[in-house]
Amino acid sequence: MEVFWFIIIAIVFAVFFILDGYDFGAGIIHLFFAKTEKDKQVIAKSAGLFWDSNEVWLVAGGGMLFMAFPTFYASVFSGFYLPLIIVLWLIVFRAIGLEFRNQFDYQMWKDMWDKAFGISSLLLALFFGVALGNIVRGVNLGGVENNISAYEGHFFFLPLWDSSFSPLSEHPGVIDWFTIIIGIISVITLSIHGANWIILKTNSSINNQLKTVIFKLNIALLVLTVISLYVWQSVRSDAFNNFLDKPYLIIFPLLYFTGLFGLFFIKKLKNNNYSFIFSILLILGGITSSLASMFPVLLPSTNGINESLTIYNTAAHEYGLSVAMGWGIAGFILLFVYMIIQKRLLGGKIDKMDYGH
Amino acid sequence: MEDMIFYDRLQFAFTITFHYIFPQLTMGLSLMIVYFKWKYLRSKVEKYNDAAKFFMKIFAINFTMGVVTGIPMEFQFGTNWAKFSELTGSIIGQTLAMEGMFSFFLESSFLVLFIFGEKLMGQKLHFLTGFLVFLGSWASGWFILATNAWMQHPVGYEILDNGKFILENFSAIFSNPWLIPAFLHNQMASVVTSSFVVASIGAFYILRKNNIEYGQLFLKTGVAFGLVSSILIAFPTGDWNAKNVAKYQPAAFAAMEGIFETEEAGAEIVLIGQPNMVEKKIDNKIAVPNILSFLTYQKWDKQIPGMDQFKKEELPTNIPALYYAYHIMVGLGTVFIGIMFLAAFFFWRKKIYSFKPLLWTIMFLVPFPYIANLTGWYVAELGRQPYLVYGLLKTSEGVSPTVSSGNTLFTLLGFVGLYMLLGLLFLVLVGKTIHQGPKPIKH
Repeated sequence: MEVFWFIIIAIVFAVFFILDGYDFGAGIIHLFFAKTEKDKQVIAKSAGLFWDSNEVWLVAGGGMLFMAFPTFYASVFSGFYLPLIIVLWLIVFRAIGLEFRNQFDYQMWKDMWDKAFGISSLLLALFFGVALGNIVRGVNLGGVENNISAYEGHFFFLPLWDSSFSPLSEHPGVIDWFTIIIGIISVITLSIHGANWIILKTNSSINNQLKTVIFKLNIALLVLTVISLYVWQSVRSDAFNNFLDKPYLIIFPLLYFTGLFGLFFIKKLKNNNYSFIFSILLILGGITSSLASMFPVLLPSTNGINESLTIYNTAAHEYGLSVAMGWGIAGFILLFVYMIIQKRLLGGKIDKMDYGH
Repeated sequence: MEDMIFYDRLQFAFTITFHYIFPQLTMGLSLMIVYFKWKYLRSKVEKYNDAAKFFMKIFAINFTMGVVTGIPMEFQFGTNWAKFSELTGSIIGQTLAMEGMFSFFLESSFLVLFIFGEKLMGQKLHFLTGFLVFLGSWASGWFILATNAWMQHPVGYEILDNGKFILENFSAIFSNPWLIPAFLHNQMASVVTSSFVVASIGAFYILRKNNIEYGQLFLKTGVAFGLVSSILIAFPTGDWNAKNVAKYQPAAFAAMEGIFETEEAGAEIVLIGQPNMVEKKIDNKIAVPNILSFLTYQKWDKQIPGMDQFKKEELPTNIPALYYAYHIMVGLGTVFIGIMFLAAFFFWRKKIYSFKPLLWTIMFLVPFPYIANLTGWYVAELGRQPYLVYGLLKTSEGVSPTVSSGNTLFTLLGFVGLYMLLGLLFLVLVGKTIHQGPKPIKH
């Protein structure tokens, strides 16, 4: 039952990063590449029409995590207090930027909110990567000092950084050189994804240029992926044991590398859907591989005193989980129906779509 | 420790207050949109359809605000109330997760379809999408009220040796005797808000002499919905809730009614007065004898326990705030019934569109249903103190053990600043939409 909910929640969060990922990415592309007012407007619109329904997935994922693994939810959300609240602020601020930009027809006004939208998208992409880096690196659970826990063994609190900026320090902070590398990988991945989204959904004048951008970003991504795999190993010596023990888990990294190599053919692909699918594979593969490398651990402990948080020691009781499985399946069937209806009615480019007509 | 709880409570109170400005409108408004769309299907008069589409624009702005301010609400259970989340997550996580699964997806998917899909799907299906948006938003209210009802009157649980609450009976959560009255009261109150908003926009259009035909339609619809819902929030739903509080949280009942001393026989009802916590009495009190006993138990001489019957640690922590919240809510509810009856009377005499003082009153009354809704929630939440889960888990035991009050104060200040900006944006967006009005009527 724990495994069932682990998989479901992983899927919901992966879908969130795939969906909201494209509008974060569109924000980053918007910040660096959109030059004409028409492009800026249509790119903002390609994110603006969908971000709120995409963020519903975050709410749903948060609720399920709360229900199925309450101890993990409590521990992680209070332990990463500052970065999480900053993420919440950025989400709100980004929404303000998106909605404010078109309220007044005044160039400086638009530029200002465009920057707000772009920069908060960039920072969000960075922070989500940093968060993933923190999860795989692990934290000092229980706040252990001189072999004595300061709190109950499953609680912790992380400052934003530690003066050494090293993941190997005794009290690592949220930001260190390892989590920053993962953060940059996240920024590049989501930029590629956002660029693909723009190509797919709009007729912006930079669509061709974006293909070159994707190609170049992809080279950077390949280099960083190799580096990160190397340092991952040095941060956690057991990082790849799961893949050695259960070779079938290799499927997840394969998804990632299929996406990565597929994107090198971006200029030859006739159908823009394919390149979008490749960047989906990147995100899906990246998240699932990270989780698979840790399974069943959810948050490793960096000290020898308190044990890591796993899906087993943080889960809710059996009865609650099985009741929830019943309604969860019904809910997903309904959700699937909504998505089909929506897809059938609202496909195609968004340039011509108008509010209310 | 005391200080730390204060900032955590203040942050939650501030963010939930700001958040609840938006859902209370969308829930009621979605019902009225369904009504306008249904009228259009029946009559084929174009203005009903345009009214439905106009209010869906206002709905959409509020929905967006509800989403961005709602994400912090859910996260704050974990960030600021980690111990509470850990101990009760297997129960209240159920209802919160169901809210995401069954209402947000429904609401957001069909909202997009309603706005963009009218030409693509035909009128009957368009009505159906509107109805599903309504269903989603009310389902959301249902799950949140189920969560809150469990905290007010816990049922269907078992407490383990390590203090964790685990779910023992799933259906008990939804047959909680606290839930149905609270849900109906809350939904009716949100219809009051939306009726006043619709009527207020109508009065504005009539007074500014532009979009007059819509103004008349909105005013009429707003007053009709407003009259019915204003009565329903008082009776039977408000009455039913008060009886529940008297039955399940007698200490909270004594505090909200301002009964310091238990009377021999029937208890009086305090209409006006300020609680004096030093002398333990109500200053400059206006009260009617025996009425409270009659309203609560239908017996004139039934004794109702006052605050002197409870130990200090059983009483709510902020008695004056609870007392005021309750009296403001009830007072405003009474004013709403009065104004709506007056408006209905002028409609009956066919004089309302030219009676300017009433139009101005209705236009400027719009903040008050919001205040009444929010103070109603303050009654529920302040009355539950000092507990998070009534009688079982104290508020001070639910806070995050590792987050210092300095951090909480910092994030509270951040939320205050950011929400001011967000509030400004909201006013600009709604103001522009109202100013622009629905599609002009062709003759």
